[in-house]
Amino acid sequence: MQRRAMLTGLGAVAASGAQAAQKPNWMSAALPDGTREEAMLERLPGKQPLIKLTERPPNFETPIDAFGTAITPNDRFFVRYHLADIPSMDALKNWSLTVGGDAAERQVKYTMADLKKDFAQAEIAAVCQCSGNRRGLFDPHVPGVQWGYGAMGNAVWRGVRLKDVLAKAGVKPGAIEVWFGGADGPVMPATPAFRKSLPVALAQRDDVIIATTMNGQPLPHLNGFPARLIVPGWTGTYWIKHLNSIEISTKPLPNFWTQKAYRVPAGLFPVDLPFTSQLDANTWPITEIVVNAVIAAPLDGSKATRSGFTVRGVAWDRGHGIKTVEVSFDGGKTWQPAALGKDLGKYAFREFSLASGTLPLGPCVVSARAVANNGETQAVTLVKNPAGYHHNVPQTLTVTVA
Amino acid sequence: MFRIFVGAGLLLSGPALAQLKPGAGMDTVEANCAACHSTDYIRMNAPFLTEQVWKAEVAKMRTAFGSPIDDAVAAEIVQYLTAQYGPKK
Repeated sequence: MQRRAMLTGLGAVAASGAQAAQKPNWMSAALPDGTREEAMLERLPGKQPLIKLTERPPNFETPIDAFGTAITPNDRFFVRYHLADIPSMDALKNWSLTVGGDAAERQVKYTMADLKKDFAQAEIAAVCQCSGNRRGLFDPHVPGVQWGYGAMGNAVWRGVRLKDVLAKAGVKPGAIEVWFGGADGPVMPATPAFRKSLPVALAQRDDVIIATTMNGQPLPHLNGFPARLIVPGWTGTYWIKHLNSIEISTKPLPNFWTQKAYRVPAGLFPVDLPFTSQLDANTWPITEIVVNAVIAAPLDGSKATRSGFTVRGVAWDRGHGIKTVEVSFDGGKTWQPAALGKDLGKYAFREFSLASGTLPLGPCVVSARAVANNGETQAVTLVKNPAGYHHNVPQTLTVTVA
Repeated sequence: MFRIFVGAGLLLSGPALAQLKPGAGMDTVEANCAACHSTDYIRMNAPFLTEQVWKAEVAKMRTAFGSPIDDAVAAEIVQYLTAQYGPKK
């Protein structure tokens, strides 16, 4: 089918007049110069200003100050697309979901009304984090979207369990993967559509859901309206937006996005559930999130008085939960345990905070590091990999005490 | 099916058009690369990609993403990207 683009409408509204593009008030000095020059705060429809890295397809990250609380508001949630042909809200209102495949007993099709009427609803708080979050901080830099800290967010997702939907279609014994596709697509027919798969065992886990709401509201258009796959503990690449096709399959999904992209050196990062049907001799698909923490306040380069300041941020991992977060005010020489906020679930952000107390005059180098309940810690030095995934070296920032 | 390209609106307005540095090959880059993505992808990935890496990126657009450009156009694009957005000398 020859797709026609309509060159009006949506657009990263470089905010009509008053809110014209402005520079973010803080970006890491470790980002490439080109990124720091080019990135702007801009509003997408229905969103607060986000840091625009690319316009088309839209890649916008959440400013770091949003991570002082465990729930990321929908209107500050990051936006990430690989391909630029994104259906309009009008087109998505006629959405339906087809479930079939060579390992399905039957093909079924659901409307939104069917999903709400025929299935029990399930809810989970979980972090959606792009595999390449913090890629821009890699040293040396690697090509790709040069994300800072904000290609992630945590929300309460509500919808139907994937396993219930699969059961209605019937999973045959030979099934090894479940394949997923969304309504967004490429500009050119020759470009591979963005499709991903999961091991059948994970697809049948209780907490993998097809979300229709996010923080109690319909999914924002650019976060996958009207339905998105939620895969707690796994990176965002599996969280297919505008989900409209599911195939239960006897074969590994063969495409660019599974076989060439989103892969890491074999065994380099810990996983609990190896994606066995997609492993090869040298590389594995990136799957489970690594333990990490981010400081939302204070901002790097800010000033404080001798009475000090409170460090606030969030920590998260791939589903073991956060055991401790420690904060250093002296460039990593000594560490003190932070207070942890409410536990929203093992896949969610966990808030932490710690007051510095009285500080000496001069630069105060602040850092935070998290430990997961399984004992895993953040990397001391960057774990290099060609695509720039899984950056979890503790963030360091400097506050001037004067 | 009715579809729109997010961001296409901005590309129609001159001042907001992703500005590429003037230089030999700029028109070729705009005519070919911007069909599928905005050219801020280029500026974002600067100035650290060497000629070899720009070459690999352009090759990926052809082999993985199905860009129909030929060898001569690809070479012109690589030359422009390296000259304008390669490592500072």
